[in-house]
Amino acid sequence: MRAALKESGLASLVMLALMALMVGVRIADVPGGLEIQWRYADVIAALVSVFFGRLGLILMREGRPMSMAVVGGVVSVVLLVLLVIAPISDAEPHWARAALPFSGYVVNVLLLIVLAALSLRAVAIMRRGPISAPSQASESVMDRISASVQEYSRYIVPFLLAAAILFPFTPLADRQMVDIAILVVTYVMLGWGLNIVVGLAGLLDLGYVAFYAVGAYAYALLATEMGLGFWLCLPFAGMMAALAGVILGFPVLRLRGDYLAIVTLGFGEMIRIILLNWYEVTNGPDGISGIPRPTFFGLPFVRSPAEGVESFHSFFGMTYAPIDRIIFLYYVILVMALITNQFTLRIRKLPVGRAWEALREDETASQSLGINPRNTKLTAFGIGAMFGGFAGSFFATRQGFISPESFTFIESAVILAIVVLGGMGSQIGVVLAAILLIGLPEIFRELQEFRMLAFGAAMVLIMIWRPRGLLAFRAPTIRLFGNGTGKR
Amino acid sequence: MMLEVTGVETFYGNIQALRGVDVAIQQGEIVTLIGANGAGKSTLLMTICGDPRAARGRISFEGRDITRLPTYEIVRLGIAQSPEGRRIFPRMTVLENLQIGSTVASEDHFDEGVARVFKLFPLLQERRNQRGGTLSGGEQQMLAIARALMSRPRLLLLDEPSLGLAPRLVSQIFDVIKEINESEGVTIFLVEQNAYHALRLAHRAYVMANGNILMSGTGQELLNNDEIRAAYLEGGARKTDVGQAGDA
Repeated sequence: MRAALKESGLASLVMLALMALMVGVRIADVPGGLEIQWRYADVIAALVSVFFGRLGLILMREGRPMSMAVVGGVVSVVLLVLLVIAPISDAEPHWARAALPFSGYVVNVLLLIVLAALSLRAVAIMRRGPISAPSQASESVMDRISASVQEYSRYIVPFLLAAAILFPFTPLADRQMVDIAILVVTYVMLGWGLNIVVGLAGLLDLGYVAFYAVGAYAYALLATEMGLGFWLCLPFAGMMAALAGVILGFPVLRLRGDYLAIVTLGFGEMIRIILLNWYEVTNGPDGISGIPRPTFFGLPFVRSPAEGVESFHSFFGMTYAPIDRIIFLYYVILVMALITNQFTLRIRKLPVGRAWEALREDETASQSLGINPRNTKLTAFGIGAMFGGFAGSFFATRQGFISPESFTFIESAVILAIVVLGGMGSQIGVVLAAILLIGLPEIFRELQEFRMLAFGAAMVLIMIWRPRGLLAFRAPTIRLFGNGTGKR
Repeated sequence: MMLEVTGVETFYGNIQALRGVDVAIQQGEIVTLIGANGAGKSTLLMTICGDPRAARGRISFEGRDITRLPTYEIVRLGIAQSPEGRRIFPRMTVLENLQIGSTVASEDHFDEGVARVFKLFPLLQERRNQRGGTLSGGEQQMLAIARALMSRPRLLLLDEPSLGLAPRLVSQIFDVIKEINESEGVTIFLVEQNAYHALRLAHRAYVMANGNILMSGTGQELLNNDEIRAAYLEGGARKTDVGQAGDA
């Protein structure tokens, strides 16, 4: 018991050393300059949670989960009640809010989740005896989940699809939520596009954002300089990006693994710096503004259209609502993403897709079976880049303004993280990871700059528990002569 | 001559692996190449396929110079290799492996080709939807040979097909090699450490050491040669009589 107390105390000291300044000091923007605000209460709350959390864990490990289950359960229930009351009750002074341990609402939610999970685990141990190898157990649980996701994907996929299609008509969908949804779907599309390069062909591309940028600028320049519409420019922007992909592909053909990653990283930066400095064409750091919005078969989404042009709402006899345009954009990107998805699923079964996967598995062996590695890699780079370009021109038309700042390395990193987290080559995994990585940080805005910290913590946890990605599973592309279970 | 290797020298960086090798293989033969570890046997097979490339010398296949052709072009001419260490695609199923093997063959013959290799290796048919990485060593070896056969080669290069296999499987693999040669007319160039089995199977054989061809002759001649017996068969030979794999 003494050792347990000592270890818990040590853990909370480590926490204090690491986090005291981050949690305890806040620099606030007050009238007349900046001011340091001290948040003792949060530090103490963190200390107490770490101390007792650690103690509970140790007791659980030593086969005495009772205290964890009881205390954790009671505290969880109290927290839950407080969390529910706090936003509703208007009483002054706000006792529910004051009773919450942390000042940030979301932090309390996180605490509740962790605590509830620990208590449930303690209850499970009480029921079934200690779990000998917890990490292995959770691994196999996740494996089973990902295998069953794959197995039931023909039920899950239509459900997700229906949810995605109906989403704008649910009461949930206010302007902000649809905006977040557009962002998430854009990244899903980018993830699926990059998946062709990284997941299928096994070429680690750290500069994918370059093709996104090429697509965005191709559309923006064509639209503002030559007055062409979105739908006309879209294929052209994709072609430009594919061309950029092939140009990048040529010098990197001989490189493998880390070397390839570094060169693609450099290429991504080059494109951004060219955009920044080629002032005559790209307008440099000022960016391009006034990029036209997409139209619905020539019907613009504006309140009062120009002379001789009918707008969307008057054509369909509706009253003008600004959200119509947002919802339209949502469907545009949804359709584009689905096309990317279907394309990937189908090309996997064609000789070129098969050759990509073979190259990923073993380049030398594929070559000795007659696969031309140069052309095969070039097609992967080109096609992956093309989808990046499509997404880029969508980004340009949605924003109405683009500048090189939108295409920094961090974007490439996020897209790659989506692919890797989802489980390389897994299509549903990319959706899940995009929701986790793009959607959640938007929802967690309350945490301000700490959300990046939470992001990092989430990445570390996933690396520990699911090093091969959330849903790492590869479905075969061919089955012959049936296999007895009637599956195809 | 189907395959003619003349004066080939190959380097890995500064290290010379082949020091002027001459090998000739005729249509319909089984030719084996034996020798100790590091003699350059695998390097010779890989050089024939163009990776690594021969620094000097000439390799011709059916009268055509292939010394400078890229690997995937060489394969298109009708040479297939089952490489050292099998190198099957571990995350792809048996059928997908075979599909990639048939890259250079016409799509229409895929079903026929699959039926053919399943007849040679019935085990693979049972495992057809299993991932390559989950197969046993022997099954992986069968898959590597089957995959090479899917391109309908006229010349099949086999690199140590018996490596790491149980004795019973070794004889089985050698039986299949014989069948591929006899009933399908595929010429075979076989690299082996299991000298006893290989020499009994082969029409002709070469012995290699330190990047040079030391000796050549019919399989039977080499089997009876005292030097060869001493270097590659003694100790191993007695065991192989009762079906054990001789480790040269």
